[in-house]
Amino acid sequence: MNFWVIQGLNGLAFGSLLFILASGFSLIFGLMRIVNLSHGAYFMLGAYVGLSAIDAGVSFWVAILIGGLAISVLGAIIERFILRRLSGQPLAQVLVTLGIAFIIADACVWIWTGDPRPVPMPRELAGAFRVQQLAFPIYRLFVIGVAFTLAATLWFLLERSRLGAMIRAGVDDLSMARAMGIRTSLLFPVVFCLGSALAGAGGVLAGPILSVYPGLDTDMLPLALVVVILGGIGSLLGAFIGSLIIGFIYSYGQALFPDLAYVILFLPMVLVLTLRPTGLFGRQAI
Amino acid sequence: MGTDALVISGLNAFYGESHVLHDLSFTVKQGQVLGLLGRNGAGKTTCISAIIGLVRANATHLELFGQSIAGLSPEAISLKGVGLVPQGRRIFPSLTVYENLTVAARRNRSAQRADWTLDDVYTAFPRLAERQRQLAGSLSGGEQQMLAICRALMTNPQLILFDEPSEGLAPQIVAEVAAVLKRLRDSGLSIILVEQNIKLALEIADEVVVLNTGYIAHTGAASSLRADSQRIEQLLGVY
Repeated sequence: MNFWVIQGLNGLAFGSLLFILASGFSLIFGLMRIVNLSHGAYFMLGAYVGLSAIDAGVSFWVAILIGGLAISVLGAIIERFILRRLSGQPLAQVLVTLGIAFIIADACVWIWTGDPRPVPMPRELAGAFRVQQLAFPIYRLFVIGVAFTLAATLWFLLERSRLGAMIRAGVDDLSMARAMGIRTSLLFPVVFCLGSALAGAGGVLAGPILSVYPGLDTDMLPLALVVVILGGIGSLLGAFIGSLIIGFIYSYGQALFPDLAYVILFLPMVLVLTLRPTGLFGRQAI
Repeated sequence: MGTDALVISGLNAFYGESHVLHDLSFTVKQGQVLGLLGRNGAGKTTCISAIIGLVRANATHLELFGQSIAGLSPEAISLKGVGLVPQGRRIFPSLTVYENLTVAARRNRSAQRADWTLDDVYTAFPRLAERQRQLAGSLSGGEQQMLAICRALMTNPQLILFDEPSEGLAPQIVAEVAAVLKRLRDSGLSIILVEQNIKLALEIADEVVVLNTGYIAHTGAASSLRADSQRIEQLLGVY
């Protein structure tokens, strides 16, 4: 019994981290039609930047802000000076994001060396939450809380504001949104910066659980991709449900069938691609 | 002639290597309906897409009320006062009816006519008011067409492009669409109407341009073509 509860909570915590990563990835994919293959690298770089900020003496909370801000500035530069020049050439855009991912990964090894680095947990959230014989790290509960708050905030922004309606109109039918006079060229940087900031801040937040190490980027990116395929491109609800599903599968799969962990992770993706190519909540097929 | 709604001359468009529109020239006079007719694949939708900027095209002149719109982006052309009711309706399915109407809504700056507001639309189309909280993707085809028309009206355009508004609709809905078109014409809006339904188009249009494989095959008053069924047969092959 304890096993199921603890692994369930672990799955929820991991799914929460995935949601923070995948929500931005999905919105960028849905609106700009860019599979941003550097999204995992943003996550890793955000974690490293946060780590250095903590080493320099700032608090964990400020480090999250710094990580998010740094990556959103980086995202803004990449969107403005690279991706926009390649607009209308999806293949070139995807390839360039892959190249950027390699550059970031190499730069990280160069700056922070190849050793795994744990990100220190904020003191106020150290320790475990106990109910009867169950003990669960408070920090993970906190991460779950952050993800649910973020989901509610993003939902409000997307579903209840005019800006959100414009973004969803662009996801539904980009050329029609443009023909109605919606200035999508102004929406792109907003969404790209938001997604980048979430990836960067999410990396710092994940640090105390996952540590930072070379390869964190390529560990996380396929999972974000699976989440988006499962949930549907550009769908916030899809990213949320998809992240939780993958979080649970990852957690129980690692514990129950460690040899098959990857198979059961990608099996749902194959099923969804075959049976429902738009994903559970999406509108466009891959 | 600064008063013409749209002046097109020497319009050429390409899809990759293939040349699909050849030297089109025509004028939409202010407050008039221009019917753009032709068989399937004649280039009508491409012509509409070229006007709104969704298809890259070269033109010697492409002027909206005397202002050049050649080479502008679709959003810029839309903001200058061109409304579009696209083929296949293409409402935003995951937005509510209310959001479809308000997401791109804006005022008319020339203010020669009264603005269309949400209240006007809901008064004219009570069905949309009833369903304003519903996702647009769940509406019937006829309701979606009304929504597509109202979405364009809410941008308060000076020129509105209708691309086959009667396509795929039941006869009584087609009659409703025709009534809306007549009302818009009578309100003084300038309109380009692409239609496969020749009878409907000739009933509403003032002027007619017939395209054939990317060339202009005929230009003239709708009334004269209406009286000449032999010419219609020859140009369009169906009636």
